[in-house]
Amino acid sequence: MAETAKPKKTVSPGVLALRKVVEDVYADARVAKQEGKPVGWSSSKFPCELYEAFGLNVVYPENQAAGIAANRDGEVMCQAAEDLGFDNDICGYARISLAYAAGKRAAKKLDPETLEYVIDPNSGKPLKDENGNVVIDPETGKPKKDPKTLAPYTELVDINELWAMPDGEEKEKRLAAIKPYRQMQMPMPDFVLCCNNICNCMTKWYENIARMHNIPLVMVDIPYNNTVEVDDAYVAYIRGQFDDAIKQLEKISGRKFDEKKFEDACAHANRTAKAWLKVCDYLQYKPAPYSGFDLFNHMADVVTARGRREAAEAFELLATEMEEHIKSGTTTTPFPEQFRVMFEGIPCWPKLPALFKPLKANGVNVTAVVYAPAFGFVYNNLDEMVRAYCKAPNSVCIEQGVDWREGICRDNKVDGVLVHYNRSCKPWSGYMAEMQRRFTKDLGVPTAGFDGDQADPRNFNAAQYETRVQGLVEAMQENKRLKEEGKA
Amino acid sequence: MAIITMGIDVGSTASKCIVLKDGKEIIGKALTDVGAGTSGPERVVRSIVETTGMQLEEMDYILATGYGRNSFEQAQSQMSELSCHARGAYFLFPEVHTVIDIGGQDVKVLQIENGAMINFQMNDKCAAGTGRFLDVMARVLEVKVSDLAMLGSHSTKKIGISSTCTVFAESEVISQLAQGTDKCDIINGIHHSISHRVAGLAHRVGVRDQVVMTGGVAQNSGVVQALEEELGHKVYTSPITQYVGALGAALFAYQKCVKK
Repeated sequence: MAETAKPKKTVSPGVLALRKVVEDVYADARVAKQEGKPVGWSSSKFPCELYEAFGLNVVYPENQAAGIAANRDGEVMCQAAEDLGFDNDICGYARISLAYAAGKRAAKKLDPETLEYVIDPNSGKPLKDENGNVVIDPETGKPKKDPKTLAPYTELVDINELWAMPDGEEKEKRLAAIKPYRQMQMPMPDFVLCCNNICNCMTKWYENIARMHNIPLVMVDIPYNNTVEVDDAYVAYIRGQFDDAIKQLEKISGRKFDEKKFEDACAHANRTAKAWLKVCDYLQYKPAPYSGFDLFNHMADVVTARGRREAAEAFELLATEMEEHIKSGTTTTPFPEQFRVMFEGIPCWPKLPALFKPLKANGVNVTAVVYAPAFGFVYNNLDEMVRAYCKAPNSVCIEQGVDWREGICRDNKVDGVLVHYNRSCKPWSGYMAEMQRRFTKDLGVPTAGFDGDQADPRNFNAAQYETRVQGLVEAMQENKRLKEEGKA
Repeated sequence: MAIITMGIDVGSTASKCIVLKDGKEIIGKALTDVGAGTSGPERVVRSIVETTGMQLEEMDYILATGYGRNSFEQAQSQMSELSCHARGAYFLFPEVHTVIDIGGQDVKVLQIENGAMINFQMNDKCAAGTGRFLDVMARVLEVKVSDLAMLGSHSTKKIGISSTCTVFAESEVISQLAQGTDKCDIINGIHHSISHRVAGLAHRVGVRDQVVMTGGVAQNSGVVQALEEELGHKVYTSPITQYVGALGAALFAYQKCVKK
């Protein structure tokens, strides 16, 4: 039957290249595991340059958890962690990762008798006729479902139990039922790399994984920066830890530290950072050549592959594409830009469509995010590298945090700020109330906060979010009007 | 010829309707104590039709607001309850700069400049400090919500009740009752608990005179008084406090009509 197909979204070569880089990181790790080589799990802002010097394969649980959440399996995995005894107040990324580390997997539900998939009748898209109209079922009066789009229910399985099954058809079918996307197929760790600059929950999270698997933990402790400048004593303390981490990595890899490889990784990381920051800065143009939400997607590359040449090249390609958009005044944002906002915090990955819908409906483009450029850091020597790793969103004082955000709001010309009070991230959300007050006082723009979560969909309410977005839009409209009339 | 506009506020616990003539004169109002997802909107419309003697088709413009605004099909457009409360409060109190609305399941503090809402704060995902908090407490205390203000005014002793969580506060109230504490003192403590929580939210936006309180909870003079103590500002209320959102919607409807 012919369907009126939606025009297919074109994906640019730069975006395709970025997707490939991340795919390759996961694929390389799977191959390494099959070949019996050690695979590491790393926190997102661990100095990747260190392990790149040993040619080790490393994957990133934070990126994995975001992907699992975006694939709508965050809830089942968070619940699995809670069933293991982890509190539901702990970060959603940590809960997903800990459940995964314990062997829990989201799988397509199988009938235990027939070993056929059990289809969820509520899944799938409406069936359309040749004219593109939705076909109504005369019996129920409701739209018929397109059988090709129906999906099985999701069930939680334990990979350790599956591996322990006797070889045969059932074992094969059960293993094949595990969701096929890359984040649900990530190899288990042989060592973990933890740097607590991104958050302090990370320390206990990684200690738990190391204990579960009885594997080495390489820890880099970054002290919280109470002042804007990084103290020299901090630099000495962290450099000492780098030396220790190198010794541990020599043991893990069975190789000596390779100075040349380290220098190459530093060069790639700097090149990636420069191109990434360039892409971030292009949001300053009016209209912005793309939506800031795209930056969140591209962050996968900055997190998982910033020390790789391919990531640098892909970002340089993306930057070139953005320059073309700026020259021709075009944009990849799928609606006309009426308002520009800063989106504060990590998106609610399980609820991206609900997050995006009211923004699109009101012409609100996200033209500033603080999380993304925070991953772009440029340095010229080892001390500067250490200082760069000291500056992560959750490891700096509020004055630095306000300064970063207000700078980006001014440069990127925002009309308002939308703040995600992320139930997963207490350190980040904790000082947001004061930041919101400062944004309005210093920038003269309205702000709106909403409750949500980066990975656990149970903490987000679409109706509450819509009201807050609509309120923000109405306040931005009034602000603009008052400014035009010279009353504000 | 007169321009007739209607504002309907489909809230979480009540549905309210106001009909305005020429954006100035209230010619009809109606309220039912059930809101979004119930027969409330239908009933409130039936009531307003009876009150005004006008059918919905005879209205020049209908604007919906509140939690259930998008499901009221007869409305020509929708606006958030934030802007509607701001506009309604400005109509009643032209000197207003801060609006505090305590509704059935949320709390809003609005910053008003020249009648326009330029910033706001809302509560997080928690019922503490909302109308629901009072409903729960009234049930535990076996009194009517409408009697809380009167009973609280007889208090002679200050009792502290948690403002962190409705469930915790409920168990605190039960334990106070078990200890034989006077109900009037407990109620007074509850009023202060709510106002303490709301004041914290208000300070995030900044409190400037005049402060106007809207929404159903503003009918409780005990909460209003406690809020005045917490904020150190006089808090103004209106006899039609529950209708302020609907009034704002009717005013915006008039504005849209004139623009057309």
